[in-house]
Amino acid sequence: MSEKLRGYGLFALVALLLLVVAPLVLPPFRLDELAKYLCFAIVALGIGLAWGQGGMLTLGQGVFFGLGGYAMGMYLKLHDAGPGGLPDFMEWSGVETLPAFWKPFANPVVALAAVVLVPVAVALLLGTLVFRQRVRGAYFAILSQALAAAFVILLVGQQGLTGGTNGLTNFYDIFGQDPEAESTQRSMYFVTALVLGVLYLGARQLVKSRFGRLLVAVRDGEDRVRFLGYNPATVKTITFAISAGMAGLAGALFVPVVGIISPSLLGVVPSLELVVAVAIGGRYALAGAILGAIIMNYAKTGFSEEFAGGWLYLQGALFILVMTLAPKGAIGVYHQARDALARRRRPPAAEDDAPVPQKQEVPA
Amino acid sequence: MSALLEIRGLEVVFDGFRAIDGIDLTVDQGELRFLIGPNGAGKTTLIDVITGLTRPAAGSVRFGGTELVGHKEHKIVRLGIGRTFQTSVVFEELSVVENLDLAASFRRPLAALLRQRRGVSDTVRAALETIGLTDLAERPAGVLSHGQRQWLEIGMLIAQGPKLLLLDEPVAGMSKDERERTGELLTEIAKDHTVIVIEHDMEFLRRYASQVTVLHEGTVLVEGDVAAVQADPRVQEVYLGRSREDAA
Ligand SMILES: Nc1ncnc2c1ncn2[C@@H]1O[C@H](COP(=O)(O)OP(=O)(O)OP(=O)(O)O)[C@@H](O)[C@H]1O
Ligand SMILES: [Mg+2]
Repeated sequence: MSEKLRGYGLFALVALLLLVVAPLVLPPFRLDELAKYLCFAIVALGIGLAWGQGGMLTLGQGVFFGLGGYAMGMYLKLHDAGPGGLPDFMEWSGVETLPAFWKPFANPVVALAAVVLVPVAVALLLGTLVFRQRVRGAYFAILSQALAAAFVILLVGQQGLTGGTNGLTNFYDIFGQDPEAESTQRSMYFVTALVLGVLYLGARQLVKSRFGRLLVAVRDGEDRVRFLGYNPATVKTITFAISAGMAGLAGALFVPVVGIISPSLLGVVPSLELVVAVAIGGRYALAGAILGAIIMNYAKTGFSEEFAGGWLYLQGALFILVMTLAPKGAIGVYHQARDALARRRRPPAAEDDAPVPQKQEVPA
Repeated sequence: MSALLEIRGLEVVFDGFRAIDGIDLTVDQGELRFLIGPNGAGKTTLIDVITGLTRPAAGSVRFGGTELVGHKEHKIVRLGIGRTFQTSVVFEELSVVENLDLAASFRRPLAALLRQRRGVSDTVRAALETIGLTDLAERPAGVLSHGQRQWLEIGMLIAQGPKLLLLDEPVAGMSKDERERTGELLTEIAKDHTVIVIEHDMEFLRRYASQVTVLHEGTVLVEGDVAAVQADPRVQEVYLGRSREDAA
């Protein structure tokens, strides 16, 4: 019971920090930056679900982030161009009529639905193909990474259709608001924080449900789960699709928050960086995933402002350190410290001395 | 009595090696059948074929009239066949009760799985009592002793509510007391289930078995009641032969 109370308390504290304290104390520029990190945190939450809970090391979440981001970007571009108009970059590349697949995105409802549904559909398709064939572990990781690489190549190659390397940018009107205005940035921050909060609560419910327990069982013993009468491929596909939907939503929020979506934001490296952040924060706890994404992105910005090139090495070193010394990440260290403290407070005799579980680390 | 499981002309080949070489086996509804045989006789492989883990090269496995060969593992479970493994596998991160609850929940529709478990269902409570782990219900399965894990696996099997239970060496590595408890457990389960047990232990066999099938090099060597099987010279030979090899 006290565990539960503490959980609610922490959640309320974080909500207070994000929704009240941060907007009050941070200058607009920093608040906008935080909004960006929260977008990444939403992707990280999905990674926490798929990898931490489900054991699927997905190195290609950038693809889903991109699908959501581009869906949003396409709508904004078409809105700016006006009825019958072409997005500016198309005119520059000599495209004369709007490509057919762009047309539905002129409708905001279609575009907003696509933000989630397209990534979910792609993940469902991929999951059905891959998990049914019992592709897993490193093979799945490599496959998802290859997907991210291929997606970037596709985007860059189709300059006239996608904006190429530059991506989609220069938005002038975000649902009736001026994207540069401080008030717009503030509202986008609140929207992002709220979406993150709601998704976190939803994901937590999922983890606690029977489905969530089943997911952990699939992670730890996929073959055994079959003999409990469940199809692990279904469990994994659904979870993967949920994580993809989250990434898509994050991508869509990212566009108005940062004002751009481009291939460099969603390729192999950004996808990998988020997985590293999740590992450092603690992949077995959803909060760890979120924490990792926010802290690592903060650190990245701070560090890059000082020494441009050093971040990559620091990140790598941190990752290795965490993987070898604290495979459960920052949250794991926190839990350990808390338990150790609690044990010290309680007289040792009062403790029921059940054998300590030899926790086995699940191979990534 | 009617046949629940009918195996005909079964052959399993691993890279040219015939692990099962033409087995016919019939198990009736309500039977408790022991399956014995020296190491490598093909006992586990036989269960693997029944449960869909291994595909046979030839032959058929019919369960209540339904052909099992070609079905996926989870589909076969859904038809009503449960199994345990020679090296027990439980989900260490989940609590004892969660392990049992998952085993008991596979018939629920997916949407219902999205809800949180409230309390302990009757099925799970009964399984907990049967295996005597009620006191450890909320502990992670990772803390259980070797014997307790094997009981948990049996409990998960009961919670599945299968028509046919397949147990692969349930008392391997158990202490004398634990064996005895497992034997009683088995006798109790066999009252209202059809059970096939693989077991090496002769002492255990003498105490709890009635019908025994002896496998040897992928074929059925002898079938009959315990006393007859033990007295059979062919059985003595394969077992003695084995112990002589073991000694060498
Ligand atoms: N996947 C496999 N690939 C190749 N050979 C296998 C495979 N599985 C089993 N075998 C071989 O098939 C034979 C039968 O194995 P099985 O595991 O069924 O024996 P068993 O009767 O269960 O023996 P034990 O008492 O040692 O458990 C053995 O010789 C084994 O080496
Ligand atoms: Mg065996």
